[in-house]
Amino acid sequence: MTRFVVRRLLHALVVLVGVSIVVFLLLHLLPGGPARAILGFRANRANVAAFDAKYGLSQPLPVQYFVWVGQLMHGNLGFSYKQNQSVDSLLASNIPRTLILVGAATALALVVAIPMGTYQALRRNRLDDYLLTAMAFIFYSMPTFFIGIVLIVLLSDVLPFFPSTGPTATAPLSSQLANLVLPVLSLMLVTLALFSRYMRSAALENLIQDYVRTANAKGVPQVRVLFLHVLPNALLPIITLVGLSLPGILSGAVIIEALFNYPGMGLLFWTAAQNDDFPVLLGTTMVVGVAVVVGSLLADVLYAVVDPRIRYS
Amino acid sequence: MMSLPSAIEQVGSSPVEDGEPESRARVSRLMARVFAENKLAVIGVFGVVLLFLFCFVGPLLYHTNQVQTDIPISNQGPSIAHFLGTDSAGFDILGRLMQGGQVTLLVGISVALLATSLGVIWGAAAGFVGGLLDTLMMRVVDSLLAIPSLFLLIFLDSIFRPTAPMLVVVIASLAWLVPARLVRAETLSLRSRPYVDSARGMGAGTARIILRHIIPNVFGTVMVNATFQVADAILTVAALSFLGMGIPPPGANWGGMLSDGVTYVFAGYWWQIFPAGVCIVGVVVAFNFIGDGLRDVFEVRLRRR
Repeated sequence: MTRFVVRRLLHALVVLVGVSIVVFLLLHLLPGGPARAILGFRANRANVAAFDAKYGLSQPLPVQYFVWVGQLMHGNLGFSYKQNQSVDSLLASNIPRTLILVGAATALALVVAIPMGTYQALRRNRLDDYLLTAMAFIFYSMPTFFIGIVLIVLLSDVLPFFPSTGPTATAPLSSQLANLVLPVLSLMLVTLALFSRYMRSAALENLIQDYVRTANAKGVPQVRVLFLHVLPNALLPIITLVGLSLPGILSGAVIIEALFNYPGMGLLFWTAAQNDDFPVLLGTTMVVGVAVVVGSLLADVLYAVVDPRIRYS
Repeated sequence: MMSLPSAIEQVGSSPVEDGEPESRARVSRLMARVFAENKLAVIGVFGVVLLFLFCFVGPLLYHTNQVQTDIPISNQGPSIAHFLGTDSAGFDILGRLMQGGQVTLLVGISVALLATSLGVIWGAAAGFVGGLLDTLMMRVVDSLLAIPSLFLLIFLDSIFRPTAPMLVVVIASLAWLVPARLVRAETLSLRSRPYVDSARGMGAGTARIILRHIIPNVFGTVMVNATFQVADAILTVAALSFLGMGIPPPGANWGGMLSDGVTYVFAGYWWQIFPAGVCIVGVVVAFNFIGDGLRDVFEVRLRRR
């Protein structure tokens, strides 16, 4: 078990280094060089020279990389001149809201997808299976923002149940729960389609196994077979699936936040892109990359804890 | 005349690779038959053909002006003159759907072609050569996959001014990662096949083996993934256009039309929103059906991602 964890940890570290190299290279892809990109393209030479000196931009690239990584380790993600705030303070105020959005959407998607997929497996190839499959297919093929738009029209315009914009940053979230509904619902529906398809095939794979036949032959009640035998086995790959879908869910969060004006990390990123606020863009990319690597590492380790077959392969 | 179960079995083992003297024409007919039996896949093909006709032949039959704005007739609902109404700049929506469709389809297919080619070469090389090179190449793939693509795409878009070809390059620069992984996995299992040894024995170099033996035999996996790539690329273009980072006006694009339409969602101008959305969903569903059908034909257990 320790060997597995160590190996997986090393892999994650290498990928993390890779992510940092990618972000660092992006920094230097900026047109006109980092100094001009961050200070503005019309910055005068004196300012550019001062910027270069301050951030050591005339040193060889590998040296700059290690200096930059050192800064990262200290939690210094850069400074946004456009918003006159350090990147980490901007992220610190916005990330929690995105975590709520992503967390709620993923949790809800799982809560609905697991029973739905199991139900589909039990009633496979009958009408309700086909209908639910068709529904999953359609949701899977819809652009995230289109689902959001349809929900806005249905639940905010035609039937004015929920407000159509996300919560504002000024008031605490707990007072604006109604504003959370549509964003979370939109993000949830997209991941729901993927999870339920996966759950269905996982449950199906287990239902045709011999041990289920044995259990049935022994006279074990169906419910017990389901909850004690089929479900635990079927749920295992879902753990990895959640880890794998993290990047996709985060991408979806960006779109949903843009659509609903939801004050989270995604909206921060998008506005920064429109304002050419590169420090924010780079800092956010780095944070998101780290989050995904850590998330999939946790998912893989959890999977190994729960499924002994993985540890010994 | 073979019975169908054994025919499918034969198809299932990727018929062209096992070195048995099965004629290509017979195999192609078998594959075509398995594909044709999948009703959804056939619907998908019809859908794609219809959409192509709509987008490319449609404008020849239904003339509209997509370049000059015409503000006096803007925001009108469906009528005889304009079957799907007009948008906020006065463009006819139906005509704009056709033109936007051309761009959307072309960009989607170009991305799939470019990304698949890059990914196949990268994955086959990594998988076949193995060792340190393989580890390095795959870590690059892992690192790039760890960052959610939309973040990178938005970043790249903000640097490079978006035109249709630039968009294709930008999206493909991230889309090649998935085929690379898939092809590498396939290559790992293929490189121990007897025909690879024979080729080596006859003096074939690494490059030749990869090009002439490995790559043709990953065809099934690659084809299935390529169709899903088209669907994903179209969704990505739509998302980027929605975020304002797609093709700039007056270029039409289904995602951009949705984005423009959303500003008027509460004015009730449904014709500016739903036709474009339905088109996007339609084309993505069609390509997904085709991809699923192809997956059944090649009968390998593939993961989409």
